[in-house]
Amino acid sequence: MSEIVVDGESLPFTEGQTVAAALVAAGRVAWRTTRVGRRPRGVFCGIGVCFDCLLTIDGAGGQRACLVPARPGMTVTTEEGDDE
Amino acid sequence: MSEPADLLVVGAGPAGMAAAATALAGGLRVVLVDSGAAVGGQYWRHPPAHARAAIPTDDLHHGLRGYRALCEALSAGRAAGRLELRLAHHVWSAVREDDGFAIHVVDRRRAPQETAGVLRAPKLLVATGAYDRQLPFPGWDLPGVLTVGGLQALLKGGGVAAGSRVALGGTGPFLLPVAAALASRGVEVVAVCEAAHPSAWLRHPGPLLRNPRTWAEGAGYATALARRRVRFRPRTAITGAEGGDRVTAVRIASLRPDGSPRPGTERHVEVDAVGVGWGFAPQLDLLVPLGCALTDSADGNAVVVVGGGQRTTVPGLYAAGETCGVGGAALAVGEGRLAAESVLADSGAAPAPGPKRLAGVRSAVARHRAFARALALAHPIPPAWSSWLTDETVVCRCEEVTAGAIRTARAEGGADDHRQVKQLTRAGMGWCQGRMCGPAVHCLTAGQRGYEPAERLVATPVTLGALADLDP
Repeated sequence: MSEIVVDGESLPFTEGQTVAAALVAAGRVAWRTTRVGRRPRGVFCGIGVCFDCLLTIDGAGGQRACLVPARPGMTVTTEEGDDE
Repeated sequence: MSEPADLLVVGAGPAGMAAAATALAGGLRVVLVDSGAAVGGQYWRHPPAHARAAIPTDDLHHGLRGYRALCEALSAGRAAGRLELRLAHHVWSAVREDDGFAIHVVDRRRAPQETAGVLRAPKLLVATGAYDRQLPFPGWDLPGVLTVGGLQALLKGGGVAAGSRVALGGTGPFLLPVAAALASRGVEVVAVCEAAHPSAWLRHPGPLLRNPRTWAEGAGYATALARRRVRFRPRTAITGAEGGDRVTAVRIASLRPDGSPRPGTERHVEVDAVGVGWGFAPQLDLLVPLGCALTDSADGNAVVVVGGGQRTTVPGLYAAGETCGVGGAALAVGEGRLAAESVLADSGAAPAPGPKRLAGVRSAVARHRAFARALALAHPIPPAWSSWLTDETVVCRCEEVTAGAIRTARAEGGADDHRQVKQLTRAGMGWCQGRMCGPAVHCLTAGQRGYEPAERLVATPVTLGALADLDP
């Protein structure tokens, strides 16, 4: 099984899955904190419309986890309420 | 493909695939663009080609024979050098030019890297589909609460179930295949809460009887769900979700005919995931700025006005599928075919040869449209849905604007549509640009008028870096 690195920890995934699918498969449905209420958020619409699943991939912020295919060695950083 | 294209098709779902296949059969050169990793759209969503063995999803699909036939037609078009297939390309703007149309795309095949580009052709066909329509309720912003389409996308695209004990709620037939798909992957579907009552169908029996295949599909899901002991609960709704870092329970209530909860019927059900959806909202982001006339659809959505040949009110611009009114994959395929036949006629080309005569496609499209209308009338948004909200319920997820703030904007600020609410509260101003909260904010302020989405000049975010690299 291939792996991506999420906040410094290895996360296995099946080739073909998106970053969101890899996280959800590992039991994680939230990885972001909202600016106003400091509430946890993760995948909601799953098809790129709602922007709730934002995170940073290989240094590029504001990526929708539900759209980006996971690739071996990809580095994922979950965001802390700085999604502007 | 070295020659210039005759036709741009945006969206490779059922409508766009059928349109491209028909245009290719008629001899045109076609560019087919889609944001996904594979053709099929949401309905026929598949993992990318190289991952089909590792993530088996064939058993989750319907109409795969039609899908495969379209895939073969597209492959033949590519082999003949007349189809350019651009997957993982996001269209952020479509504009009219002197001699046709230009679409501005971002190539995200190597995401997060992106490369901007422009594609041009004399004719443009938009088949961008739809997404789940949402109504807020207390706790809908908890992690583990997803759209039903989101649950299905994770299953069909990634082979992943988002929970082990799931409640589904909302209205419309889409709840059934998602419930069946989850159950087939070992998920315990604890309830399917359908706000409408099946007897609503008896008011419009004609279209149902004239579409036996759809009826049979519904009956098939009902049998599958009964076999797995999934409880289908008509005239109920998920009126609240509870939990801390993740949803742990839902509140389910029986509904009065107006959709307000019947006092004393509320029950708590433990879950670790929830799926909600109230029909679909057409994806009109590219069509509205192009100046297409819109009209109200029976389901409360604004949709693109098209004539019998799927021509919009903008010359050279065609639309097919859910953008012209939500009606499902079979209708979308028919409309895609009709749209491409119009493109062929308007380009001076001969009609596409094929086994099914055009008159047959037209009558099938008319039949499916009548069915879609009956479906919309049988599965309305309950008039009293907002009685589930408390003042603290988040309505705009991006900007975290509450129902209380929106009610205040209406009562004290005089706001009577989602645009004015946006100016007063920031609802709809965030990342999703009102795609999630727009219909709900509209219902809370504008009453019975049809919902017209905001004009979004940039349909998907694009980095300035990618634009700076664009050749002029």
